[in-house]
Amino acid sequence: MATTTTSSAVAKPMLAHKRPLWFEGVIHVLLIGCAAVSIVTTIGIVLILLSQSIPFFSEVSLVEFLTGTRWTPSFEPQHFGILPLFCGTALVAGGSALLAIPLGLGTAIYLSEYASPLVRDVVKPMLELLAGIPSVVFGFVAVVFVSPLVRQAFPSAHLSNALNACVVVSIMILPMIISLSEEVLRAVPRSLREAAYALGATKLDVTVRVILPAALSGIVAAFILAITRAIGETMAVSLAAGGTPRLSLNPLQSVQTMTAYIVEVSQGDIAAGTLEYRTIFAVGLALFVCTLVLNVFAQGILGRMREKYE
Amino acid sequence: MSLVQRSNGRPYAKLASNLFAIFCGTCMWLCIATLVLLLWNIFSHGWGRVSFDFISSPPSIIFPEKSGIRPALGGSIYLIGLTALFSVPIGVGTAIYLEEYAPNNRWRTLVQTNIANLAGVPSIVYGILGLGLFVRALNLGVSLVAGALTLTLVILPIIILSAQEALRAVPHSIRTASHALGATRWQTIWHQVLPAALPGMLTGVILALSRALGEAAPLVAIGAATYIRNVPSNMFTDEFGALPLQIYNWTDHSDKDFHVAAAGAIVILLTVLISMNALAIVLRYRFSKRIQW
Repeated sequence: MATTTTSSAVAKPMLAHKRPLWFEGVIHVLLIGCAAVSIVTTIGIVLILLSQSIPFFSEVSLVEFLTGTRWTPSFEPQHFGILPLFCGTALVAGGSALLAIPLGLGTAIYLSEYASPLVRDVVKPMLELLAGIPSVVFGFVAVVFVSPLVRQAFPSAHLSNALNACVVVSIMILPMIISLSEEVLRAVPRSLREAAYALGATKLDVTVRVILPAALSGIVAAFILAITRAIGETMAVSLAAGGTPRLSLNPLQSVQTMTAYIVEVSQGDIAAGTLEYRTIFAVGLALFVCTLVLNVFAQGILGRMREKYE
Repeated sequence: MSLVQRSNGRPYAKLASNLFAIFCGTCMWLCIATLVLLLWNIFSHGWGRVSFDFISSPPSIIFPEKSGIRPALGGSIYLIGLTALFSVPIGVGTAIYLEEYAPNNRWRTLVQTNIANLAGVPSIVYGILGLGLFVRALNLGVSLVAGALTLTLVILPIIILSAQEALRAVPHSIRTASHALGATRWQTIWHQVLPAALPGMLTGVILALSRALGEAAPLVAIGAATYIRNVPSNMFTDEFGALPLQIYNWTDHSDKDFHVAAAGAIVILLTVLISMNALAIVLRYRFSKRIQW
């Protein structure tokens, strides 16, 4: 039995060895080419965004763009202040984080500290399922189910409002918060737990005073990644939050986020090369920079956390 | 020492601990309840709309009850097929390069960090890239190919990261043994490493493709129309629809009857996605149990 498996394992590569050696080199070059695609993608994103943003900023000053409080690119008088869009994005991302973080952290603690392996095996795939539901479906949920409820509770609310978006986006980022935080909590060495129990601590003491502080930086990174995801969230938000750029933190009003603005402009017929067409790229650049900075920051924290416990 | 004294000095320590456990458990059940409620609402809203006619007829602007998803479904199938064709070789190739070939130097770190960051870029930004690069610069127009290439860039980081994980799970001794028998690097990878890593890679590919299937934002950004009456027949020239775009179009309608049509389309989309997810989970579970190195 053992001899036959060994001989077939030997025979295969030996037969294939008839290929010339340059073949190995070609494969190597092809694989480098594959890896280069991802580098080219990043360069492409930056170049494309800049290629249209630079002409945009030659007409609209960067100061007006970053500090202007009115965003009216599609009608006269045109104003290009991104603050209302920024405010909409911050309201939706902040609001959804406020809703999702306590629920997500509680669930993560339960899964890592209390749940039996069986419960974990059942619940984690369910959360993956939740994570796999597309954005546009959450947009539908916001319009058809959440909006009527919000308007029942707050009769003054607009038909589309920021609270709608907060509710659905918080559901969307829940799986991410849970799985990342749970991973970080489980990375805390068992010896710390045992030591605390040996000193007579209750499970609450162990969790709140030993494990959470030890895992704190990683949990913060998980929150930042989830907020980044909320900032980039597009279809659900554009359906749920409405399309009025507004510099206000009232969650019952209709607001527009950076992503929803890009969707709105993309759907209209706007000729390439116009100032309005270029706003897509300028807003896209702002969005890209925001998410990139948060991402790099969170990745850095997670990297240091892994080094600490491995 | 201090902990002992405190827990002895606090008669409610045990109670507080139990209340905390109940709080955490409630959080978990709330999450599950949300998922169940969500699916239940969607399915009960749209189930009545699902029929053979719904799948085989085109959408209508005026009659929501006669509207169907044929062009959208056709477009989605073509899109996913093309996306798989583009993304799987490049993604797996990158993973093989990073795990098996790349020397452990700055270049490798650069590529790896870059991929981790690309995974966090919002999909609409890829849409803007697709608009500038594929639709305008390469002059592909708003075609299936441009859409599929854009979706490829969206899911490439997911495929690469999961394929890398699958390759890393193959023990080093397999490679050493193969090399010792005289196999070249590529022969070792092709005949020994890839077959062993295949189930893990497949799981990642399925999950990535299901993400692409539900993605609407990049397609909207490249300028895809949300209302299309025909299944595209030429992948370079024809306009195309996609299931998530059709759902967006119907949900955005003020007429409530169109929301029912949207729910019907969501039922079909979710059924496909849940089946794909379940397949991936089963694959991973079975192979993690079976292969014990």
